[in-house]
Amino acid sequence: MLSRVANSIYWMARYVERAENLARYIEVTLNVILDQPDSAHHQWAPLILATGDEKTFTERHGKPNSQNVIHFLTFDPDYSNSIKSCLTHARENARTIRETISPEAWEQINEFYHWLRSHSNQKMTLEQLTDFYQRARMHSHLFSGILDATMLHGEGWHFANLGRLIERADKTSRILDVKYFTLLPTLSDVGTTIDDLQWSAVLRSVSGFEIYRKRFRAITVPRVVEFLILEREFPRAVRFCLEGADRSLHAISGSPEGVFRNLAEQRLGQLRANLAYADVQQVINNGLHEFVDELQVKLNDVDEAIYETFFAIRSPVQSQSQSQSQTQSSR
Amino acid sequence: MAFENYNTEKIPDELIQENGSPRMGAKLLIDQLNSMSMDEIRNRQQAMDRSLLHMGITFTVYGDDSGTEKIFPFDLVPRIVEAFEWSHIEAGLKQRIKALNEFINDIYHKQEIVGDEVLPRDLLEKAKSFRHQCVGLNPPGGIWCHVTGTDLVRHSDGAIYVLEDNLRCPSGVSYVLQNRMIMKRTFPQVFAASNVRPVIDYPSRLYSTLSQLAPEHVKDPVVVVLTPGIYNSAYYEHSFLAQQMGVELVEGRDLVVQDGSVFMRTTDGFRRVDVIYRRIDDDFIDPQAFRADSMLGVPGLFDAYKNGRVALANAPGTGVADDKVIYAFVPDMIRYYLGEEPILPNVPTYVCARDVDQKYVLSNLDKLVVKAANEAGGYGMLIGPHSTAEQQAEFAEKIKEDPRNYIAQPTLMLSRVPTLIEDHFEGRHVDLRPYVLYGKEGVWVLPGGLTRVALRKGSLVVNSSQGGGSKDTWVMARNAAEAAENETTM
Repeated sequence: MLSRVANSIYWMARYVERAENLARYIEVTLNVILDQPDSAHHQWAPLILATGDEKTFTERHGKPNSQNVIHFLTFDPDYSNSIKSCLTHARENARTIRETISPEAWEQINEFYHWLRSHSNQKMTLEQLTDFYQRARMHSHLFSGILDATMLHGEGWHFANLGRLIERADKTSRILDVKYFTLLPTLSDVGTTIDDLQWSAVLRSVSGFEIYRKRFRAITVPRVVEFLILEREFPRAVRFCLEGADRSLHAISGSPEGVFRNLAEQRLGQLRANLAYADVQQVINNGLHEFVDELQVKLNDVDEAIYETFFAIRSPVQSQSQSQSQTQSSR
Repeated sequence: MAFENYNTEKIPDELIQENGSPRMGAKLLIDQLNSMSMDEIRNRQQAMDRSLLHMGITFTVYGDDSGTEKIFPFDLVPRIVEAFEWSHIEAGLKQRIKALNEFINDIYHKQEIVGDEVLPRDLLEKAKSFRHQCVGLNPPGGIWCHVTGTDLVRHSDGAIYVLEDNLRCPSGVSYVLQNRMIMKRTFPQVFAASNVRPVIDYPSRLYSTLSQLAPEHVKDPVVVVLTPGIYNSAYYEHSFLAQQMGVELVEGRDLVVQDGSVFMRTTDGFRRVDVIYRRIDDDFIDPQAFRADSMLGVPGLFDAYKNGRVALANAPGTGVADDKVIYAFVPDMIRYYLGEEPILPNVPTYVCARDVDQKYVLSNLDKLVVKAANEAGGYGMLIGPHSTAEQQAEFAEKIKEDPRNYIAQPTLMLSRVPTLIEDHFEGRHVDLRPYVLYGKEGVWVLPGGLTRVALRKGSLVVNSSQGGGSKDTWVMARNAAEAAENETTM
């Protein structure tokens, strides 16, 4: 597969996943506010923190409130990670490879894009907003499902899978980090209704509430952390994502799991091993925030290694350095 | 009755006779349209527009930052070509392409046509698109122009004329295939009953034409489509053709020349490329051989081509025949190389480099269409009857300054096809671009083509950049067997 094409598939999938995660954060926040109208003013700042782009936000909008956060994260064309920008990037990437993905996948991403554009300048009621984000999420699911169901599960699909799983691991860890931080003051109130509501919102934002209930029933902080980071079977948990990404990486190179033949496999393998042998109490004792921080640095290293290994094939004749030419930096 | 008030205004109409009744091949379609209400017809048109938008067959409106995208307008009434007429067109195109190919091969070798004084030497030497780098080249099988999209028009005398040959990178064939797919959904019953010849096997024909170009020792040749990238207005087509042929779509930056061969960068290292269907003009394919400022090309590609390490389609250098002055000599080429009379006539063309012609042109600017020799897309043109005295004076200056760069033709009255305009049908002028493939097994003409339509009332300019749209083109089969000849591949 052409390096450029692989690069575009990878980023197409990452951007759609990024847009979906943003939609999830906002959808759940809107639900919390419906349950707890008094808390509305507390709910928006953490979303900005979770993007890691709080500096850009503050410069442009000052104090976060529902309107400016929703605009910034959803429609702002000047913010390169807003849902709208993500979809624009995803579609541009898809356009350069539409001969590689299935026509159905292209049509879906195109439909998603046009649907989003048709909402850009509307004022929406709370109900409309909830419906809007739910539909955005469903568009992303549909895209993901179409890729899985219509694309040859060869190299191209594995690059898409790699992109979406790495992005998802990143986003799940971020939302946990931010919520953990903002909920810390209430740790002493463990077991109160408010606390439950907040943590169940976090679980709901990753579609994990019911699964968590079945597995652990009572909500406790260590178990939520364990569930979101270390769970092997929950598809939005960090460990699940990294193991899937690692399998795709090995499918691409053809080397067996457990060994590495390139930098990307080495770095991802190390990260996977870290999680496989981690213990949740240790993680919390050493500081969840530090743990997540390090995780994100390592995810970036993996991303860089993927780029170097597969996308930046340089010829010995031409010494031109090809940088990531599209607006693809992960943050 | 959709066609109750339709008026041909005595202009030749491809579907309706002067007395208002439909032509033979159009009867089923017109009956169907007449049986529908205008609301129903408009609904079908809107459904077609929506599916084009969803398929992403759009172009970005220049100068609009908000990213507004538009579809190329596609009208639901097809152009219909009767079987007997198509046989005539097909024979004419085959003859023309063979002569043009002989011509290109000749001028890059012995230049006998110049030696025998059929084509004046200075006209050839001043053709901007003559590539001296191509002198002495021997493309595989002696074939230079593998893919051609010839523009045809019907004049008010009822005859079909060749307007342009387009031997470089003719575009539009993807619309032929997509338009057909949408039309089949829109008028399934008429389609089934009408004996329309299929166009669906174009991609496999194109693939086999291309793969035959590979050096003989290569068993399973790697064919690619080379595109300038997503900002090119024909990008959709490049990607569509690559997808339909099942080959890689590459950009210049994906390719590299090493040890004299061409390779593409893949996730698994470098992979050799044998045949390139290039959709980039000669000028830009290789900065070492042609324009040094080209960012789209591949350094060293032309050398690899000259040494037979990679094949290019079309061959570099074919653009010389697109020079409108050279065009004027195609009928002579047919006589010279093939010893035959041209089947399809040229539009009568005045070559301003000839004194007699120039004199006539300058005193008849208000009646003629003047064209620059090397412009395309409807640019650099004066349409005499629609022009002002100042515009005519401006062109008179240009012609006197550089007579070699101008030709003039009588203003043609292009034929029309009924077209949905708001809530009724009106005639709009059309041209027709059939597509021709020239491979080792001979010349093949796709039974169909792109019908371009000037949507503005009275306009004769069909180019999409200037308010043109498209229509499906139905070539009627002589019999049911011909209509079904390719159904199995659908």
